[in-house]
Amino acid sequence: MRPDQRQQVLFLWLAEPSLNSAVIAWAFHDGTDGRGPQPTGEQPYADGIAAMGDGWRVFQVSQQQRPIAGEEHLNAHLVNEFVLERLIDTL
Amino acid sequence: MLLTTDQMASFVANGYLRFDAAVPTAINEQAMVDLPLLLHRWLAQLMGTDVAGDAAPTTMPSGTTLADAYSPDSAIGRMLAVPVIAGAVASLVGQHPVFDHHFAHLKPPHDPSSQMLHCDAIVDRNTAFDIQLFWFPHDVEPGAGGTRFVPGSHLRQAAANDVARYQHLVGDQYFSGPAGTVLIFHHGLWHAGAPNNSDRQRVMGKIRLNPTEPQVRMWDLSDLEARNSSREHVFATTDATQVATILRQRQPWYSEQAYRHELVQRSKLWRYLSGDAQFDLDWYLTRQRLRSGLHVTM
Repeated sequence: MRPDQRQQVLFLWLAEPSLNSAVIAWAFHDGTDGRGPQPTGEQPYADGIAAMGDGWRVFQVSQQQRPIAGEEHLNAHLVNEFVLERLIDTL
Repeated sequence: MLLTTDQMASFVANGYLRFDAAVPTAINEQAMVDLPLLLHRWLAQLMGTDVAGDAAPTTMPSGTTLADAYSPDSAIGRMLAVPVIAGAVASLVGQHPVFDHHFAHLKPPHDPSSQMLHCDAIVDRNTAFDIQLFWFPHDVEPGAGGTRFVPGSHLRQAAANDVARYQHLVGDQYFSGPAGTVLIFHHGLWHAGAPNNSDRQRVMGKIRLNPTEPQVRMWDLSDLEARNSSREHVFATTDATQVATILRQRQPWYSEQAYRHELVQRSKLWRYLSGDAQFDLDWYLTRQRLRSGLHVTM
């Protein structure tokens, strides 16, 4: 990463474990302090592939975990978490 | 005015009920004075000062019987006596709940900050539940600081700010509505204070109540028996008049596997509330019970 570049991070939680499934939640974190492009609209992307097509690079995917015995039917956090980034030139 | 079976089922499915403009204007106007004083009194108590004076509403110890917690002529006391609110409280936590805590949330005008999404307190494995009343004593326009909340999040295992990462969920809501609206949340519902883009301070009073008796069959049961089939199965036969139709309501932010697990949790909660140990949605619990005695030692 060059000194003039800053990172933008996009968390996507998808309906299913596959990147081509629908976005059900998202979060955006901007290391450019507003100098880079910003997500627009009610929901920035319909699915993970649409985000990749817009220049986001996937760098972390949540691992699939075997259910804990006795807790197989309990929900907690959103499980299909994909973290994407793009580097923005700030000069 | 007890809750209906439909309302109870909606509470189980979605984790909240909403009563628009339920509280009369005079009580709301009193709350606009009392609720800020309540906050100042709590702060004074915390700081060891007495800036609020004797006229301020006091906070009673947790565990105080609700009937003894509020003066009948106080704003909160009057709000809790409104028949639709009193009936909802009695239907959900019985005739003898106790005061847990209350708080006045004041959101200044033009405050862009938001709370992190959270659920109150810690993970709670009990089927029995507390309720939290969110009382908005003045009109809240969209974007004017109405509480954000996530329908259908109440039965998940999460504590405090565990869920802060979710800036947006498909289907989350920001309250807006007329003066006197009360939301009643299951204690596990995810929520957060929201930005206030308006010119006025947003006032909201929150009251948490604990049940002291099993929360079993305390609502208007007149139609329950005819609508409480335990053989509702969406992949076999269904009847839209059954309570299962409401209990199956799905949120757009659920994955398929999470939705099925939600149905299991809702079935267990409905078993508790209805006193029907055989109740089931879509056969998930029943088929496991049928197989449970078939093990052979290997």
